[in-house]
Amino acid sequence: MSLLEVKNLTYSYGVGTPFEKKALDNVSVNINAGEFIGVIGHTGSGKSTLMQMLNGLLKPERGQVFLNGNDINAPKNNIRNIRFKVGLVFQYPEHQLFDDTVRKDISFGPRNMGLSEEEIDERVISAAEFVGLKRELLDKSPFELSGGEKRRAAIAGVISMEPDIIIFDEPTAGLDPNGRNYLLERINDYHKTKGKTVILVSHSMEDIAKYAQKVLVLNKGRIEMFDETKIVFSQVEKLDSMGLRVPQITYIMNKLKEYGYDVSGGVLTVEEAYKELNRLLCRKRGEKC
Amino acid sequence: MLSDITIGQFFPGNSIIHRLDPRIKLVLLLSFIVFIFITGNYFSLSFIFIFVLSVVIMSGVALKMYLKSLKAIVYIVLFTSVINLLYGRGEPIAQLGILKVTVSGINNAVFVFIRIVSLILISSVLTYTTSPTQLTDGMERLMSPLKVFKIQVHEIAMMMTIALRFIPTLLDETEKIMNAQKARGASMDSGNVIQRIKAFIPVLVPLLVSSFRRAYELATAMECRCYHGGDGRTRMKSLHLKKADYISSAVCVIAFCGVVALNIILPAAER
Amino acid sequence: MDNFIEVKNVTFGYKDYDNNNILNETCVINNISFNVRKGEFLALLGHNGSGKSTLAKMFNGMITPDKGEILIEGIRSDDEDRKYEIRSKVGLVFQNPDNQIVASIVEEDVAFGPENLGVPPKEIRERVDEALKAVDMYEYRNFAPHKLSGGQKQRTAIAGIIAMQPDCIVLDEPTAMLDPKGRAEVMSTIKKLNKEKNITVILITHYMDEAAAADRVIVIDNGDLLIDDTPKKVFSHVKLLKEHGLDVPQSAEIAYMLKGGKENDELPINRHRCVEYIVELLNNN
Repeated sequence: MSLLEVKNLTYSYGVGTPFEKKALDNVSVNINAGEFIGVIGHTGSGKSTLMQMLNGLLKPERGQVFLNGNDINAPKNNIRNIRFKVGLVFQYPEHQLFDDTVRKDISFGPRNMGLSEEEIDERVISAAEFVGLKRELLDKSPFELSGGEKRRAAIAGVISMEPDIIIFDEPTAGLDPNGRNYLLERINDYHKTKGKTVILVSHSMEDIAKYAQKVLVLNKGRIEMFDETKIVFSQVEKLDSMGLRVPQITYIMNKLKEYGYDVSGGVLTVEEAYKELNRLLCRKRGEKC
Repeated sequence: MLSDITIGQFFPGNSIIHRLDPRIKLVLLLSFIVFIFITGNYFSLSFIFIFVLSVVIMSGVALKMYLKSLKAIVYIVLFTSVINLLYGRGEPIAQLGILKVTVSGINNAVFVFIRIVSLILISSVLTYTTSPTQLTDGMERLMSPLKVFKIQVHEIAMMMTIALRFIPTLLDETEKIMNAQKARGASMDSGNVIQRIKAFIPVLVPLLVSSFRRAYELATAMECRCYHGGDGRTRMKSLHLKKADYISSAVCVIAFCGVVALNIILPAAER
Repeated sequence: MDNFIEVKNVTFGYKDYDNNNILNETCVINNISFNVRKGEFLALLGHNGSGKSTLAKMFNGMITPDKGEILIEGIRSDDEDRKYEIRSKVGLVFQNPDNQIVASIVEEDVAFGPENLGVPPKEIRERVDEALKAVDMYEYRNFAPHKLSGGQKQRTAIAGIIAMQPDCIVLDEPTAMLDPKGRAEVMSTIKKLNKEKNITVILITHYMDEAAAADRVIVIDNGDLLIDDTPKKVFSHVKLLKEHGLDVPQSAEIAYMLKGGKENDELPINRHRCVEYIVELLNNN
């Protein structure tokens, strides 16, 4: 059984007004425990709508979301308990910081879960550690932190609930390369060590290519592709028709393959590309690599 | 969604009402309010109500939008009407315990109902057909005589412009923050009053912080665009009274005279 | 080409005061000098906190250097009497499009700058229409800002600056909050203004692919000027850039690796050039 099962989800905004717009159109997808899934699509493709339905912030117009086989919107389920299991980190999460210390802010979620003080403390510390926040920052006001630290503190506020699935909506928006790489490494580490399901929504194809095992492509409220990253990114034309670009390096390698060079399609990182091209260069020179 | 609120919303269009000078519209709105309240009998009341309805239709904005603005206050209207209905003077027509309905009660209820509805409709006409900038511009110019009393009319108008500009932005932001806190298990709609107020702190604090940040950034951006108060400032859209403004003012004045005449000629309703 | 802006030995730090005693001083800009030529497209590259936003506000005199001076067409940036002249010559566009739009209607916002400058109403109308057409927003002139996409809002903000008829636009991370579509819109608008209207552009960014579109790239870190060169050459300093927390476009990176990592080479900076580059490499060897 899949951890998360989405069945025939449909949702429209502004029902009954002239601005009615279908955001999701009969979407079905299964997500297994422990997967790292990348979600790509244009603004307005339905990504954010879908994500907010996975933890019940939006109620489907039609269709269901099953978590471990339970319909999360069934009346018998307390939706709050679902939200503790499906964590959602919004874009610019630092805008949600409110408490007078970082520690209290991170503990907001666990406290809402009704955990004991010791347990809350433990979780706050381990969540802060996970995102790389120094201990001494915990008793500072969140508003004194630097931009990158604020972002990490806010993310710790979701991680501290230890959800089975954690969704990151554009977690690196506005960060510089250093901050971005650091945060993505932390997320990747979280996925690896805790074995929890991670869903990463991003506009950066390079980031998706580097970290995601599977990629979900949304376009105009429908799922166009859902497959292994390599397979998705080798379909340059199909993605292009949706106005989505593949990472530069993937494009370059796919083009070389098209020209008849002996390289594989769907190369995802510069390192991988280097290995393949270096092999070709060596062969040309008649050397061994 | 929160941003669905229609009060203060502007629907661009090209109707005769849209094209009127905002100063005229403001003055006429004020006069409408006065005359709506001096109606004394059913004739003058229905006369001004029909007049308001025709203005609504002439505005060319979808009727649905007007219904939406009425929907927002439907409970207040019904509540005050019912209170009026039950607190009339004179001989009761029907009675249930201490609750009695009298002729004056019925009259009061109908008057309150029609008056508030007319009021909302005519104010909506103003906000729906006048861009916020035009509106504040009109106010600024109407109030400019107040400069004599050292009142900073331009600054007040600029503050109103900015407030109107940022209402939808802040509503959007409120919704986002609420969702973010709900995702961390906050519950905003259960518990007693104190619990509920406490539950809003995680929303209000971030909202306040971001408003300050926005204010600071906006002030910098305005300075970079050479803003330095109202002195020496020109406007792209200067206001000139046109034929339509004179005609519509005349029509309204005649209508207002009509209200007064109907009030005098015909007997007042029992109140 | 004439120099439009001259930055001469500029130093700046933020200070914490306590009863007029300086408690703490953080150096943001450290004795930097460079010139911006008229009509050029210059990219200023640096990570967050590298001092690049402070520099942006110095170009139009919003911030005055502690030491050194900045000249805009020969006018000192701290010349109080010519403050508005400088601000209309050098327009600033910021990161968050929401926080720079003043009015509730696109065209009225664009008119804000010229109104402040006391331009006659008829001329404002002409300038507004022209500015909106230049950023491809003319058909949205009657829209409310909150009904626009991020890219459209940012283009409105740019139009608001264009309507002041500046010689130079400084954009401080104008695409950081936008999606790829918005970023592309804003970038093509910037390029168009530079090429067609001959407006000097200073683009402050940490996106390498955007810097690659410029004529010249200046890299700063910790208030120091690290590199000042053409994009093709700048990205050959792969090691240096990475050390300072910056990325290079994947195209340049793979070419750099295949070449065995020599600096000062001209490297391909976009994917099409990179394919050609590699094909050549594979055929010639």
